[in-house]
Amino acid sequence: MTDAALPRPRRLSRLLRVNPIWLVLLILIGAIVALNPDFTEPQGYMNFLRRAAPLCILAAGQVFVLTSGGFDLSVGSTITLTVVGASMLLYNNEAATWWVILAMLGAGGVIGLVNGLVVALLRVPSLIATLGTMITVSGIGLMWSGGAPRGYLTDGFRAAGRFMWRDVPVIGLLPAALLVLIGGGAVLWWLMHGTNYGRLLHAVGDNPEAARLAGVPVARVRVLAFVVSSLSAVVAGILLGGFSGVSLDVGTGYELQAITAAVLGGTQLLGGRGAVGAALGGALTLTAIFTLLNFLGLPQPVREVVQGLILISAVALAVCRRDA
Amino acid sequence: MTDAPMFEMRGIAKAFPGVQALSDVSFAARSGEVHALVGENGAGKSTLMRILSGVYKPDAGGMTLDGRPFAPSHPLEARSAGIAVIWQEFSLLPDRTVAENLHLGREPVRGWRLDRRAMREGARAALAVFGEGHGIAPELPVRDLSVAQQQMVEIARALAYGARVLVMDEPTAALDEAECERLFTVVDGLRARGTAVVYITHRMGEIARLATRVTVLKDGRVSAALSHVPPAGEVIAAMVGRDLGQFFPPPAAPGEIGPPVLSVRHAGNAQLRGISFDLRAGEITGFAGIQGAGRTALAMALFGVDPFTVGEVTLSGVFARFASPREAVRAGLVLLPGHRKAQGLMLMQSVRDNGLVSPRAFAPLAGNPSRPPAVDTTGIEELFRALDLRAGDLDAPVRTLSGGNQQKVIVARWLAMTPRVLVFVEPTRGIDVNAKASIYTIMRDLARRGSAVMVVSSDLPEVMGVSDRILVMREGRLVGETARGASEAEVMALATGHAEEVAV
Repeated sequence: MTDAALPRPRRLSRLLRVNPIWLVLLILIGAIVALNPDFTEPQGYMNFLRRAAPLCILAAGQVFVLTSGGFDLSVGSTITLTVVGASMLLYNNEAATWWVILAMLGAGGVIGLVNGLVVALLRVPSLIATLGTMITVSGIGLMWSGGAPRGYLTDGFRAAGRFMWRDVPVIGLLPAALLVLIGGGAVLWWLMHGTNYGRLLHAVGDNPEAARLAGVPVARVRVLAFVVSSLSAVVAGILLGGFSGVSLDVGTGYELQAITAAVLGGTQLLGGRGAVGAALGGALTLTAIFTLLNFLGLPQPVREVVQGLILISAVALAVCRRDA
Repeated sequence: MTDAPMFEMRGIAKAFPGVQALSDVSFAARSGEVHALVGENGAGKSTLMRILSGVYKPDAGGMTLDGRPFAPSHPLEARSAGIAVIWQEFSLLPDRTVAENLHLGREPVRGWRLDRRAMREGARAALAVFGEGHGIAPELPVRDLSVAQQQMVEIARALAYGARVLVMDEPTAALDEAECERLFTVVDGLRARGTAVVYITHRMGEIARLATRVTVLKDGRVSAALSHVPPAGEVIAAMVGRDLGQFFPPPAAPGEIGPPVLSVRHAGNAQLRGISFDLRAGEITGFAGIQGAGRTALAMALFGVDPFTVGEVTLSGVFARFASPREAVRAGLVLLPGHRKAQGLMLMQSVRDNGLVSPRAFAPLAGNPSRPPAVDTTGIEELFRALDLRAGDLDAPVRTLSGGNQQKVIVARWLAMTPRVLVFVEPTRGIDVNAKASIYTIMRDLARRGSAVMVVSSDLPEVMGVSDRILVMREGRLVGETARGASEAEVMALATGHAEEVAV
């Protein structure tokens, strides 16, 4: 009796439960197309996807920490460290590309581990702990580069973010960043929605005390969430390195963009609910909003005001939805 | 002492969703008397005092204060009318000084500046009611005081606000013997000043020492109103004796009880001392005791939440002094926590996810969440069905279920782990009568299938009805054991430490 819900109403309610973020994204894309018909050309939308890819990966990683009931503010400076560190290590040596990528992923893993251990074992609130790491990591980047990063990113390293295959059948163009996005997104989606880990993460974020009393290894689950977030920041950094210059503020502001994107997708601040797909939708939406503002010729400061307002209204909306 | 009551409550009734907390309760106190208010947990003592102090409005009945109608609409109104309550949780600000706490909300000022000296003088005057040698310095932060001293500051503040009726809610619960003695002297002093004291307690000795009158509440009704202090046995008899017999499944037959599964020897921690007992397969062992006796602390120690620091615990002969719930669950000891929503459930998650959380917690992190190994063969749905869980949609959030069904979800979670020992803490708190009966049946079935079951509950009739054997705790120790069929009075006497008085 318990399981015997009829298929038809269930499908209908599924349809009604589709995340409104996709509708918003559709409307925004419509607006962009109206303003700039070129957007329908492969050059237009593939460029859009390529530019959105770093934020998408970053938001999908941030969802893990948000779902666990925390925040990860250190991802922006992890991005910067990735770009600056890679340029220092590469020093124009094309052959070093692969081990530099691995080294950067390793560094990201360490940052995530530190965040996670400080939060889970020392019980420092994650907002403070990752604020500390954010400052520390950006300090490390500054010290390492001596304030003015030397070296360049090799073409091999930049390919992930910049390269596009041309004359691909059907779609015309195929940016490498899109493949990274699809691959990374799939891994994160599987981890969140297809494993025991994802369900335990939800349990811990919903009620850590109950999870502990149910036998869940709460500390391990929390630490892993921070590691996932930091690793996604490194990937985002590699993608960003493809089209930004090497500077000490590549990653600045990305932590809040990632949180905004995740919340836009309906992730519950304070934990217990989060979806990777919705976070990707949120990141695409945020990028679409920025693109639109760009087309409208609005300057950068306006963009920041808008982002702030979006963050506040998305959270307010999420609170309303939860209370309803 | 005058004959007219200082305050009087008549025919008070109060209902909360699902429970009639009070019906037709009358209660009064005169100037200069100590009126003891006793009853089991949940008998309605606190509700009655919350009505007196303006926190709740009664559904029926009325009150008078000094002979005039009194219907406070807010606690502040009751306070300014002279009614003060010292709850077990104090309302002092721990980081402010004694003087500041005593003047909270009516600080003396000179011009627009705080008059520190007047505050200190005022505090000294307020504390003078305790005579010399109370050792409370006005400039000390409250945090640095002992519990007994904080309580004195609370009392002093109540008197400084002009309290003529002082309600004390189990004031000795956290005090040692010398501190109790000092408090009794304070209460004597209050009586001499003409204050009407309402004294809530579980301890028979205190009633004999202090009270001039006794009112016993049982299930929200007055079961005895005595203008003298009777022997402890009589008070206990009035407190107990609820008839719930038909709800409880029959006890274990002699052959069903097996060998000890869990053995605890000389174990203790900050709250427990010298604990030794066995839990046997096929048997339900109940733990009784008054609030703060250590029942819940014992359950939490076994489960590794607040672990034992000394002593020996073995589960089927193997070391079992667990340092975390995870270790306990892995070894086959599980616990249903007393606060279902705070400790038991992930309220936003689905019924299914709440049932599967433990099986998943012990499966590989990257494994498939729909079939963790612990429920690979049966499936959680099968366990839900076996427990007769009533849920329309297993994918709906667990918060949409009734309390009884929520409890079954937690039981299902544990059954999936095939436990050898199940600890139930307050298993039926806040669930309706029918659901209670089905939880009791589930507990009996688990025992019958060979698990050792331990029940900790502040509901004495429940412990008595469901257990095969009852261990009684007092002040962090096991003080006695009674078999099924013992009277509630016997258990209560052990729990309150007045066995000798009822032994007749």
